[in-house]
Amino acid sequence: MPYSSDLDIRVTDSSLRDGSHAKQHQFTVDHVTSMVAALDAAGVPVIEVAHGDGLGGSSFNYGFSHTPEQELIKAAVKTAHQAKIAFLMLPGLGLQDDIREAADNGASVCRIATHCTEADIAVQHFGLARELGLETVGFLMMSHSRPPEVLAAQARIMADAGCQCVYVVDSAGALVMEQAGDRIAALVAELGDDAQVGFHGHENLGLGVANSVLAVRAGAQQIDGSTRRFGAGAGNTPVEAFAAVAEKLGIRTGIDVLKIIDAAEDVVRPVMDGECLLDRMSLTMGYAGVYSSFLKHADRQAAKYGVSGAEILLEAGRRELVGGQEDQLIEIAAALAAKSSSRNPSSRNPSSRNPSSRNPSSGK
Amino acid sequence: MTKATAAIVGSGNIGTDLMYKLLRSETIEPRWMIGVDAQSPGLKRAAEEGLHTGAEGVDPLLAQDVKPDLVFEATSAYVHRANAPKYAQLGIQAVDLTPAALGPAVVPAVNLGEHLDALNVSLITCGGQATIPVVHAVSRVTEVAYAEIVASVASASAGPGTRANIDEFTLTTSRGIETIGGAARGKAVIILNPAEPPMLMQDTVFCAIPADADRAAITASVRATVERVASYVPGYRLRAEPQFDEPTAAGGALARVAVFIEVEGAGDFLPPYSGNLDIMTAAATKVGEGFAERIVSRRAAS
Repeated sequence: MPYSSDLDIRVTDSSLRDGSHAKQHQFTVDHVTSMVAALDAAGVPVIEVAHGDGLGGSSFNYGFSHTPEQELIKAAVKTAHQAKIAFLMLPGLGLQDDIREAADNGASVCRIATHCTEADIAVQHFGLARELGLETVGFLMMSHSRPPEVLAAQARIMADAGCQCVYVVDSAGALVMEQAGDRIAALVAELGDDAQVGFHGHENLGLGVANSVLAVRAGAQQIDGSTRRFGAGAGNTPVEAFAAVAEKLGIRTGIDVLKIIDAAEDVVRPVMDGECLLDRMSLTMGYAGVYSSFLKHADRQAAKYGVSGAEILLEAGRRELVGGQEDQLIEIAAALAAKSSSRNPSSRNPSSRNPSSRNPSSGK
Repeated sequence: MTKATAAIVGSGNIGTDLMYKLLRSETIEPRWMIGVDAQSPGLKRAAEEGLHTGAEGVDPLLAQDVKPDLVFEATSAYVHRANAPKYAQLGIQAVDLTPAALGPAVVPAVNLGEHLDALNVSLITCGGQATIPVVHAVSRVTEVAYAEIVASVASASAGPGTRANIDEFTLTTSRGIETIGGAARGKAVIILNPAEPPMLMQDTVFCAIPADADRAAITASVRATVERVASYVPGYRLRAEPQFDEPTAAGGALARVAVFIEVEGAGDFLPPYSGNLDIMTAAATKVGEGFAERIVSRRAAS
């Protein structure tokens, strides 16, 4: 079923939220104004703006924001002509008051994320968002870690709480083709007309666009991406590539392909500190099923403690850490350092970044 | 009579675990368990242990001639709000394990001594019981402009009450970090992790400290506090040495200490991974014993 009479699917650009991880939460009002203007002009229908970990994310654990996210939301609302401004919040970290403030600041789409087995902690928040007249989206994070039927049951909890579109969120970039499609199909079958289904991909296995196409074929009506992949890990599904592929497949997104290609190159890329790459660290995340936002945190702890960043990520996978447990990476790095100094007290070699053991936990 | 008598109100998992702890107490005699369902497993277990049980709420208990010296409330915030005035009217001291937060907040390792005569005390939250002592350990050595805690608990040990009102956890805990922990500003985060086998409760405490703070003194103070909490929560321990970070551009001019705690439950009734619930029943026992000693000595003097 098409999203509307004009669009087969609706795309949300996450670069000003998921990209916050890659930017280490240093977005400014100028960044937001220039990017929103370009994405809005290219016809992107929804633009998400927030700290990478959602409203209230500015903290020791997730990184302090350069500019308060509510200021960024205000700037985005002021700049956009046709695009709706969305925000993200995670119950347990953000508060209902944060939702009220974002609504007051003009945001109109409230996206609420939980780990994919914990949907019931978001019931109050969906209720409030609907009361405030916001459109609602639910995020089931780390969806690779549970089978389709478990996700469908969790999606039902969100829909019953007032969520209008439940996303299968591949936070680790670990889903492979049909694994994404099957999960979408299970949600579509469960939710029927009660709520739409969406897909949020990461590029850690290089499959963001392909997984998104399979998601659309399985019945997804909303797709997330980030222009120029500007997101956590190897980044998100590139909006410009997805828009081009969709056009070739006859899927209407409403996005002007040539304009979004230019926006990616001329406006978004200059805001980025570097390209989001499919390198050793991000590939390890996709392979081991690790939350993409852990990337920069693992990099920092690896440098501080002189241990392998990939080893930190593999241990995070073994411990089955979920989004939000960034604090554990410090403890993992400290433990690795203690182990290596007791093994070989004379050399603590920061350049040794090769993982020596492999125990991927993906596909669980 | 050398013990104070107590009623446990609420016959769920928490009330049942608390009963087993109180049965070992040298100063408290748990004599009643009150629920609302005569068939509840908690009331059956209480009867097996020789407690008087009631399934019609607290009114019949409070109408008896022989009333409890102490009440432990392990129901819900809603029920406790209704019951609290009834206890207070009769002068019965209440230890509140719900998030109702009516009385002063108490963390036994920090401020129990200040509230031994209070008619109602609140135990804040499990995350508060686990982390506020650490914030306090740092703030008694140096100024803490900001403290932030991350509590990770096993999904299986997060009950429907916590899930239905998770903002209450973060708000109540942040307040305790400030008022009892001594941080100028507090923030709390709770994460539920569904890993199998279930993870132990893990808490990380970050404190912003002056760059020139005495780090050895902070570490020593944290160690002393952890020992103090472990005296009433045996499974409470450090997972790693306190970790220090230099000031960063993003964090302002302040340095940071991170403390990593793990709480393994005693397994009295709840499984050992639910350290988050164990620390509540253990703290309630400790507070109740503080009350009981006063009650017994008052009685001896009169």
